[in-house]
Amino acid sequence: MTAYTLPNETGHFGMFGGKFVPETLMKAIIELTDAYEAVKQDPEFYAEIKHLSKDYVGRETPLYFAENLTNYAGGANIFLKREDLNHTGAHKINNAIGQALLAVRMGKKKIVAETGAGQHGVATATVCALLNLDCIIFMGAEDIKRQALNVFRMELLGAKVVSVTSGSATLKDAVNEALRYWVANVEDTHYLLGSVTGPHPFPMIVRDFQSVIGKETKEQFFTRYKTLPDAVVACIGGGSNAMGMFYPFIEEKKVALYGVEAAGKGIETPYHAASLTKGKPGVLHGALMYLLQNQDGQIQEAHSVSAGLDYPGVGPEHSYLKEIGRAHYHSITDQEALDAFQLLSKLEGIIPALESSHAVAFALKLARQIGASQNLVVCLSGRGDKDVDAVRARLKGGDIG
Amino acid sequence: MNRIEQTFQLLKEHDTKAIVPYIMAGDGGLDCLTERLEMLEKFGAAAIEVGVPFSDPVADGPTIQAAGIRALNNGTTLKEIVAELTKARRTIKIPLIIMTYLNPVYAYGISSFVEDIQKAGVDGCIIPDMPVEEEEMIAPLLEAAGTELIRLVTLTTPLDRVKQIAAKGRGFLYTVTVKGITGTRNEFDKELLSFLQAVKEVSPIPVLAGFGISNHEQMQTITKYCDGVVIGSKIVDLLAENNFAELADLMSIFKLKSNLI
Ligand SMILES: Cc1ncc(COP(=O)(O)O)c(C=O)c1O
Repeated sequence: MTAYTLPNETGHFGMFGGKFVPETLMKAIIELTDAYEAVKQDPEFYAEIKHLSKDYVGRETPLYFAENLTNYAGGANIFLKREDLNHTGAHKINNAIGQALLAVRMGKKKIVAETGAGQHGVATATVCALLNLDCIIFMGAEDIKRQALNVFRMELLGAKVVSVTSGSATLKDAVNEALRYWVANVEDTHYLLGSVTGPHPFPMIVRDFQSVIGKETKEQFFTRYKTLPDAVVACIGGGSNAMGMFYPFIEEKKVALYGVEAAGKGIETPYHAASLTKGKPGVLHGALMYLLQNQDGQIQEAHSVSAGLDYPGVGPEHSYLKEIGRAHYHSITDQEALDAFQLLSKLEGIIPALESSHAVAFALKLARQIGASQNLVVCLSGRGDKDVDAVRARLKGGDIG
Repeated sequence: MNRIEQTFQLLKEHDTKAIVPYIMAGDGGLDCLTERLEMLEKFGAAAIEVGVPFSDPVADGPTIQAAGIRALNNGTTLKEIVAELTKARRTIKIPLIIMTYLNPVYAYGISSFVEDIQKAGVDGCIIPDMPVEEEEMIAPLLEAAGTELIRLVTLTTPLDRVKQIAAKGRGFLYTVTVKGITGTRNEFDKELLSFLQAVKEVSPIPVLAGFGISNHEQMQTITKYCDGVVIGSKIVDLLAENNFAELADLMSIFKLKSNLI
């Protein structure tokens, strides 16, 4: 394989990506692109990230051999990349730190962000507290209900949380409002986008900041076993933990890449978030990507038990990796994810985020399928503390989705 | 000379300015679209922007968002809008310009869209979420069809970029008058008028100002520095209220124009 150098200069991954934003934002997009190119040459910038990642976030995160889960599955060895152990409880902080430091370099003192599960909001509010930046977070009213604890966390951290009631009142609508806010406040505000979505250069920047996940995994695995894993598995909302895991492996063709979308109540029903499996290419929130939409190009609401996967689009780079067949995308239902949530808790003493539970559920199937001599690594993108209330309600018979 | 050029030529000859109302197609039902276009023409519109409803209109404020939701709830589709405009064109003489987010066009099929709106007699097309960097996917097709792609510049567009965009410009240059989304405003940025003046100086085509404009005073002030105004949210509100008297009054400001074309 020739070297993988995407996105190209115009911000495209094949036909996907680009920067489909109102003209008002173009100046900020160009500024951000230039600022990012500049810090790429700046070792001090990366030294700062490294320092915070180690002493503040607690990196590197362990690569844990889940022996009980492996025995239970009765197939390939299953390893967990423990992003759940990061400060604030998910991989989102990797990106938040990188972008907040970038914002500081650009002289922007105000941060706006969207959040679904609240993990990106918490990570952003945390970094803003640390770096003394103003922080405003848009969050769907539905998600505010599902993730009440995270709302309180953000407020404790000094952020202003704005409830979004338009549309499906979930992540998609929070992105709309964050974009509208950015359009109106672009001169002093950085939009700290939380996944590998949105206009170029966001998908690239977020991927780069998250790729610490895959880099560490590669090194940790190689140090121990003098080889690479046969497969890596990650859940996909917008796709940032997955891209962070996949990116350092893209040129390692022997390593199979599996992304796991939310099948909600089933991909044969209208209640899912499986954009790559069931969507069509289209343009939303600044990028050409796979999208859940009707035949007239109206965006459809996504559904998942996990707020962080409840998004009708998926990063342009995943759209491209699907198109060229380099990565494979599957989906896991709410019920399967809930089962995996409980299973991992009981077998390993690790309560995973509902998002990550999708990856765990798929890994169980994959482990059985590829068999005993193989090794697979699951990106355990976050911990489940934020979900225990909702899962408890659900197990009592209520419906949280 | 195409219809947009003719219109600006006429306005110039009569030393007056353009009022371009925006209307959300399907708000109130598609059945009333032609009727409303005729009314706006009668009230003196120089051209009309016909909005296509979209589920996620990131450049729009509450008024146009709500109108879009009403239109979608009425089952409005781009296909039906194009069909309705074909009919409307039989009576309407002024330029009709489609304003749509990109995704409905993408789902329609870009080349079919260009072909169909050309056949329908649509004169121009505005795509607010497609900056010039991304226009290659549709601009050459529109150019070949003789349908004008209207470009936008905004208060945050640096002047050298304004020049580049204006140089590519077709029909007229749409200058966004606010840092923000659509919706009426009581006040404009201090730098707006000098910005408009700068845009007007570098633009080889007529310059229209839009976003937030809702009254005569604003229209008078702003058109000192450009060739006309686009009025969106205010018109959408008045139409939704069936307040045609105020609508006629709002549009009556530039005398002459009504029976020009
Ligand atoms: C724990 C966790 N995993 C995964 C995701 C999904 O995001 P992404 O696909 O960008 O990794 C989220 C989003 O909130 C999350 O909180």
